[in-house]
Amino acid sequence: MSQVFIISVGAMGGIGILFGAFLAYSSKKFAIETDERIKEIEVVLPGANCGACGFPGCSAYAQAIIDDGVSIGLCSVGGQAVTEKIGKITGISSDSDMAAKVASVKCQGGTNCSNNFEYVGIRDCHAANLLHKGEKSCKYACLGLGSCINVCPFNAIRINNLGVAEIDLSRCTGCGICVKECPKAAIELVPAAAPVHVLCKNIEMGKIVKPKCSVGCIACKLCERVCESKAIKVEGNLASIDYTLCTGCMACVDKCPVKAIKGRASEVEEKQSCCV
Amino acid sequence: MLKDLLLIFIGAVLVNNFVLSRFLGICPFLGVSKKVDVALSMGIATTFVLTLSAAATWLIQSFILEPYGLSRFLQYVSFVLVIASLVQMIEMFIKKTSPNLYNSLGIFLPLITTNCAILGLALLSVNKSYNLAQSIVFGVGAGIGFTLAIVIMAGIREEIEKADIPEGLKGAGITLLTAGILSISFLGFSGLISM
Repeated sequence: MSQVFIISVGAMGGIGILFGAFLAYSSKKFAIETDERIKEIEVVLPGANCGACGFPGCSAYAQAIIDDGVSIGLCSVGGQAVTEKIGKITGISSDSDMAAKVASVKCQGGTNCSNNFEYVGIRDCHAANLLHKGEKSCKYACLGLGSCINVCPFNAIRINNLGVAEIDLSRCTGCGICVKECPKAAIELVPAAAPVHVLCKNIEMGKIVKPKCSVGCIACKLCERVCESKAIKVEGNLASIDYTLCTGCMACVDKCPVKAIKGRASEVEEKQSCCV
Repeated sequence: MLKDLLLIFIGAVLVNNFVLSRFLGICPFLGVSKKVDVALSMGIATTFVLTLSAAATWLIQSFILEPYGLSRFLQYVSFVLVIASLVQMIEMFIKKTSPNLYNSLGIFLPLITTNCAILGLALLSVNKSYNLAQSIVFGVGAGIGFTLAIVIMAGIREEIEKADIPEGLKGAGITLLTAGILSISFLGFSGLISM
């Protein structure tokens, strides 16, 4: 019995040492020179490997910075702080001042929006979208089945009590993966400091939208009339905000008859109140 | 003796093709078969690992595992150890000689370690009690069969890119269908040689 034990350990240990030595020799023989700065940049990057920069992981981005000279300001997760650190390592000055972005789900439908049929299928937005663009009567609505939740690397999305996806602003880093994933294109990246959001993407006429969804934009243009900075405009039956002009006065939020526009603070408040 | 080896070789390449008849090694088969030149390189790398691991695992089986009766519990461990080391070595070699190839193979190069075709080959050799020469020829045959399958698949997929595929079948759907049809077509070789 103990002979088997000794031989097993000896044999496996021997094979291990043999191949280990062989690999060690190979690694010296086949060594290639890598720039030390790549490792330094990797340490500085957030390490989330989310792909928002357009590269497959933080290591790939670090390598691209040194080898291909791509912009050092592409990491939306690390933001300005990381860009400056990379700038110190590489000696490149960061030219663009990156404004932080967050994602925003442009829909409050869910239980507010009627259904054309009952969808009984795979609980995935892509699958539901294949069937007549989803069960909702509004074809721009969030389907609430959570394909975005599955891909978010920061667990920043959940389905709220309306049945639509909602972004947790304290966790969202603006990487943009959910934006690419959503089959309805219902999620958009907006500046993190944006005070007001139009939470609708329906471009049909108001009289068509009204019977479908009680909080859909009906293009009544009341917001456009009340905005003093001319920041909000109704184009193609949908209100949209120019964030370079918006002052955050919330006049449009108060005026909107269907409550399609929401302020950022109120989003956070509602979230906090329902998380009790 | 030579006829024996030839039969084993043809058996591994055509009749019992590792990918299309034994359904081993499907991960790189589907993952690296988008372009013919990358597929060919992947096939060659896998053939190299298959041949070397066939030899190394036979040596371990004959001289260490069987004489001391360790086969039933150390077989998988030692085989995977050998395979992993060989893959690591070839990875270093490719990274040094051709960084472009290294980048285009990407994650699939270290995934050769988990390619069940390699472990499958080692275990099949043990099962059939092949001697060293037979194991090595079996390894070479398996590798060439794998290369054949993956290059044919790559050729077909390159053509499919230009075709009009229905929305629901795009991507994985049409690829798997093609693989299935290819597999059925290779059934035509069965009975070519009786083993």
